Amino acid sequence: MTSVELLHWARGPGLQISVAIFVLGMVFRVAQNYFIGRDKNLAEPRGTQFGPGMQTIVRRSFFHPGMNYRGYFTLIAGYAFHLGFLITLFFFSQHIDLFRGILGFGWPALPASVIELSAVVGIAGLVAVMVHRIFDPVRRFLSDFQDYFTWLVTLLPLATGYMLIHRIGLPFTEMLALHILSFELLLVVAPFTKLSHMVTIFTSRWYNGAIAGYKGVQS
Amino acid sequence: MAELSEFPIEVHEAASAPASTQNVVPLLHEIRHALTKLLQSDESTTIDLLSIPMTDADLQALEEALGNGEIDTTITALGTSRIRETRYPGVWLIEHYNVADSLMAKFIEVTRLPEILKADPRDIDAGLQRLSEQLSNNEPDETD
Amino acid sequence: MPKDLTLGEHLRRQGISRRGFLKFCAATASMMAMPPGMIPVVAAALEKARRPSVVYLSFQECTGCLESLTRSHSPSVEGLIFDAISLDYQHTLQACAGHFAEHIREEIIKQHPGEYLVLVDGSIPLKDGGQYSTIAGMTNLAILEETAAHAAAVISIGTCASFGGIPKAHPNPTGAVPVTDIVKNKPVINVPGCPPIPTVITGVLAHYLTFGTIPELDDFGRPLAFYGDTIHDRCYRRPFYDQGKFAKTFDDEGARKGWCLFELGCKGPTTYNACATTKWNQGTSFPIESGHPCLGCSEPDFWDAGSFYEALSAPAADVSKWAGAAIAAGAVAGAGIGLKSMRKRKEAAQAHDPVTVDDLKT
Repeated sequence: MTSVELLHWARGPGLQISVAIFVLGMVFRVAQNYFIGRDKNLAEPRGTQFGPGMQTIVRRSFFHPGMNYRGYFTLIAGYAFHLGFLITLFFFSQHIDLFRGILGFGWPALPASVIELSAVVGIAGLVAVMVHRIFDPVRRFLSDFQDYFTWLVTLLPLATGYMLIHRIGLPFTEMLALHILSFELLLVVAPFTKLSHMVTIFTSRWYNGAIAGYKGVQS
Repeated sequence: MAELSEFPIEVHEAASAPASTQNVVPLLHEIRHALTKLLQSDESTTIDLLSIPMTDADLQALEEALGNGEIDTTITALGTSRIRETRYPGVWLIEHYNVADSLMAKFIEVTRLPEILKADPRDIDAGLQRLSEQLSNNEPDETD
Repeated sequence: MPKDLTLGEHLRRQGISRRGFLKFCAATASMMAMPPGMIPVVAAALEKARRPSVVYLSFQECTGCLESLTRSHSPSVEGLIFDAISLDYQHTLQACAGHFAEHIREEIIKQHPGEYLVLVDGSIPLKDGGQYSTIAGMTNLAILEETAAHAAAVISIGTCASFGGIPKAHPNPTGAVPVTDIVKNKPVINVPGCPPIPTVITGVLAHYLTFGTIPELDDFGRPLAFYGDTIHDRCYRRPFYDQGKFAKTFDDEGARKGWCLFELGCKGPTTYNACATTKWNQGTSFPIESGHPCLGCSEPDFWDAGSFYEALSAPAADVSKWAGAAIAAGAVAGAGIGLKSMRKRKEAAQAHDPVTVDDLKT
């Protein structure tokens, strides 16, 4: 297979297959969670469920005192990586072209210099948490293959994208193919690993908020 | 039928010229280096300007930076060629045009005298024969 | 014109002076993208070069490549390259036709085995015995096999001959293949482009004339001297790409300011060709300079690589339909398995046999 064929496959069938697996897997997870249902709560409700559930989804994305019990390092590196990754993914002009191609609509992009920064912050955050994971004895003990694998799968799209823009390593055609393929790997792996939190975090947050709302307390 | 001139055509000038490729200053440094080499070891250097990505504005900036020197000459062979010495002696700007007057090659030569200006022995020989023929044809006229 | 003359002698006979010859060599070296230090070497080699016989075969093609080549044939340096070869067979250009024309091709094979050059324009159909394109009752395949068998080298002119091109595009009704699928035991140089740049064609010929060898080729058999950089590498709009300034439509502010055309579908970053430096129409411009994205015509399968007007980062196929189907399938499967688990749990609860005091007594 030549580099041209590889790129063509990545932009066509590869994207179709990986997006289909991602969407199918994620919808399956959420639907399954929903239809399994919960045991009927026999206690008398002291509040509503839906509103508090939604509120919790939003509120838990922000920092609140008490989150620093794991130390500021995890907090800062975690936020840095997630923000860097999401800004790069959703606000880089050429990525918006991809979303427009799939969703049928787009949104304004951020300037290239901002994306440059967000990508570097994202990569730095990922590297930092991995260094921490390896050198902290407790974390190292608790880590298994999936932790390292999902880290690599998350890093690859950022790293190949950065190398593509800065022309490091391979020629553009090969690098673009690798970049797209690495993202497709992330899509395929996500529903079956802990990376599924990118969707299921919202369902679990909603349930947390809803349970608390039912009890009439703030989650 | 409507004449072409009747069609309403609006012409918008481009808001700005293509960006500079920033290649002019490095080129001038290369020329300075070549001049040092010419002085020290009598070694000539040729730079192919068409192989370097430059906008028209860049080329103009380069020509302005080099300026005009004492020699500006034209060769007529397979179209014209313009050979100019710049204000820096030993730095020549060479442009080859074809018969249709479009530019085919553009060089900077850093040398004492561009090779192409020198007469070639085979051409000299052909010229000598032509001159001799002409003289021998003319001789009877003069003795008349 | 006698064929045993060297090129130097031939040009002198035409009254071209040494200065003219040196100028020709300088322009040729520049055209071949050689370092200028090579000009004396080119001059010495061309002086002694002998004019090779050339057979130009046209198969499944549109004659655009030949147009490209002949339109550049102003009385210029490129024209001199054509004086430097003996184009003996080209069925669009030659005066004779029918058996006479085919006879010439057969004679060249007999008289100059191992010396003549074969230029091929167009792809070769293989389906149904190759009957979709025949010349004088012979299939393209038979003609190519017969002619290439005794050639010194084969040069594929254009994307069809190099990679199959438009005839090979999906669904490839004639089973078209490129020259390299058929000619295996001879050097083949690919000069793709739709059409190729005329000076690139003549540059490759000049290289062969000068050195008698095949130039250095890339993985796709293209001469590195012309196909070594991408359009993007040499594009004057590259700074805008690096700054992230893109034209979004053909008439927006970005388009007027000459910003990068990547998002309008420019394939410059993945396309290896010399357009950005050699340019077209006697050096006037190249597509991007005229405000149009690069189509990527010198790359394999460019016709099937998604829309010309979709960015390289956009999908090249319909992903939405797949995603929609996946949502439905995921929801059904998730609901099914979720409900099944729920029922199982209920059944377990119902089947649960309460422990009584009597059970404990025994």
